[in-house]
Amino acid sequence: MKNLKRWLKRSLLYGAVGLFCFFSASPFVWMLITMFKEDKDLYRSANNPFLFNEPPTLEHLDLLLNGTNFPVFLRNSMFIGVMVVLITLVISIPAAYSLARLVGRWGERAGIGIFLVYLVPPTLLFIPLARVVVSLGLHNSLWSMVLVYPTITIPFSTWLLMGFFKSIPKDLEEAARVDGYSRLKSFIKVIMPLSFSGVVAVTAFTFTLTLHEFVYALAFVTSSAQRTISVGVPTELVRGDVFYWQSLMAAAAIVAIPVGIVYNIFLDRLVAGFTMGAVKG
Amino acid sequence: MEENVALKPRGRFGLRYWTDREDLLGPLFLFPAVIYIIALVGIPFLIALAYSVTDVTAGNTSLDFVGLRNFQAILKTPQFLTSLGNTIMFTVISQIIIIILANILALILSTDFRGKWFARFLIMLPWATPIALGTIGWLWLLDSKFSPIDWVFRYLHLLGEPGALLGAQKNLFYLGRLELAKASIILIYVWRMLPLSAVILMAGLTSIPQDLLDQADVDGAGFWRTLFQIKLPLIIPIMSIALLFSLIFTVGDMAVVYVLTRGGPVYYTQILPTWAFYKGIESGALAEGAATALFLFPVLLAVAILVLRFSRRTEVT
Repeated sequence: MKNLKRWLKRSLLYGAVGLFCFFSASPFVWMLITMFKEDKDLYRSANNPFLFNEPPTLEHLDLLLNGTNFPVFLRNSMFIGVMVVLITLVISIPAAYSLARLVGRWGERAGIGIFLVYLVPPTLLFIPLARVVVSLGLHNSLWSMVLVYPTITIPFSTWLLMGFFKSIPKDLEEAARVDGYSRLKSFIKVIMPLSFSGVVAVTAFTFTLTLHEFVYALAFVTSSAQRTISVGVPTELVRGDVFYWQSLMAAAAIVAIPVGIVYNIFLDRLVAGFTMGAVKG
Repeated sequence: MEENVALKPRGRFGLRYWTDREDLLGPLFLFPAVIYIIALVGIPFLIALAYSVTDVTAGNTSLDFVGLRNFQAILKTPQFLTSLGNTIMFTVISQIIIIILANILALILSTDFRGKWFARFLIMLPWATPIALGTIGWLWLLDSKFSPIDWVFRYLHLLGEPGALLGAQKNLFYLGRLELAKASIILIYVWRMLPLSAVILMAGLTSIPQDLLDQADVDGAGFWRTLFQIKLPLIIPIMSIALLFSLIFTVGDMAVVYVLTRGGPVYYTQILPTWAFYKGIESGALAEGAATALFLFPVLLAVAILVLRFSRRTEVT
């Protein structure tokens, strides 16, 4: 009887896991099937869509990589990602350390203030920012996104790093200063090496956040050669009303799956960062 | 700090002195971040406010004050009212579904089972994918002619034959019929935000002290009793954090509607961001666009107050 109950519980659990996995993963499975299909297989509504009724083909992947601007979008996104990561790290590491250790009581308040900035959605600011970008002469330039994306990434990175710096025992710093290090030097020589994992996590998130961004990229750029993955794929790879579904799906899958793996590696860090406000104030 | 003075032999004004002063280093370290945020969030926000009370357009950028005329004007257009209604409806319904499903998913993921890593990978994929690309996947999944969902319904004889449960037509036209299009948009919001909310709640569940659960077990509390009287009350603070993030990401997104329906059929699935984009960027009516986007601000303000109250409460404890 007890065994039966246990068995029921287990199968209920696996059933629920299966349902959630199915809901989450089905668009990706559909992408992976579609991207290798022949036209005459894909566009026959009588065919079983989940099977290869014709042998799989790499022709659409080839079209995507050699016949479209997809490699350009990929390069643009990489460039923006790297630049934004650098700017974010340079600005948010000192800010986070300052909030965690240097500015004392009102650091807490300022920390919450910075967190609130994170809550201002791009959908509220894209119109004025588009004008700012035009007046700076950065319209249709990758630099417009390099300039503006840190407004999304700095608040969160600062918040996340603040938690890291707070978790490092103060004794370590004090010991370093007794040894003759200055405040600045103890930060560089003692604290920074210890926060390496935090910096790696921030790098990963900053990079993926820039890949995700859609609103600013759509508002700032109108020329194809300067588009990012996020905007370029849905707007450019559709010619008129003709959808190149296999190539589109290939484009989505090529980006989604590697990013998914990276995200999963750093997931626990991300969660720690998100929940810090609740746990530590 | 007294003992440090003794450690500094080089006098008050040397480099050594400068690199040791917390009152200087603190603001100095914070300065670039504050400048950046004031310049690119604070000032643009003020510009948005300024635009909304002037007659500025992309062609004529001189700012002439017109008071609240823009707000009066947009409140009369049916497209704006539809967008406002949709924004509220999509957000509220998706958040309710997300918070319920996320609690269930968090409970599941905090138990141990085989292949958990892989299940977690699959479940996290929608959140890790750039939303515009995820939506492209859905666009094809919900295609008017080749949707595999329709194929399954036809295969099960639920669609496409006389007397079938879902109708005699061959397809359901998910994005062409208003109710189904709205439901599809909500579905994608749920699909995207569920993973994040679930992992945040999971963090809340794991932070519940094991002693407490053991004690409840000893006292004879069953699964449901433990769930409703211990676990749920204890994770309510963290639930509000999860809600906060999923709200911000839902309100801050326009890719789903822009890619999936383009606001259609007609304009019936427009939301404030897409309508503001159409007005402010595509038609160059900056003032109206800014005024439209500003209607997101009350939502934002409510969220901010929630966070502030929340952080104050944790400060006390």
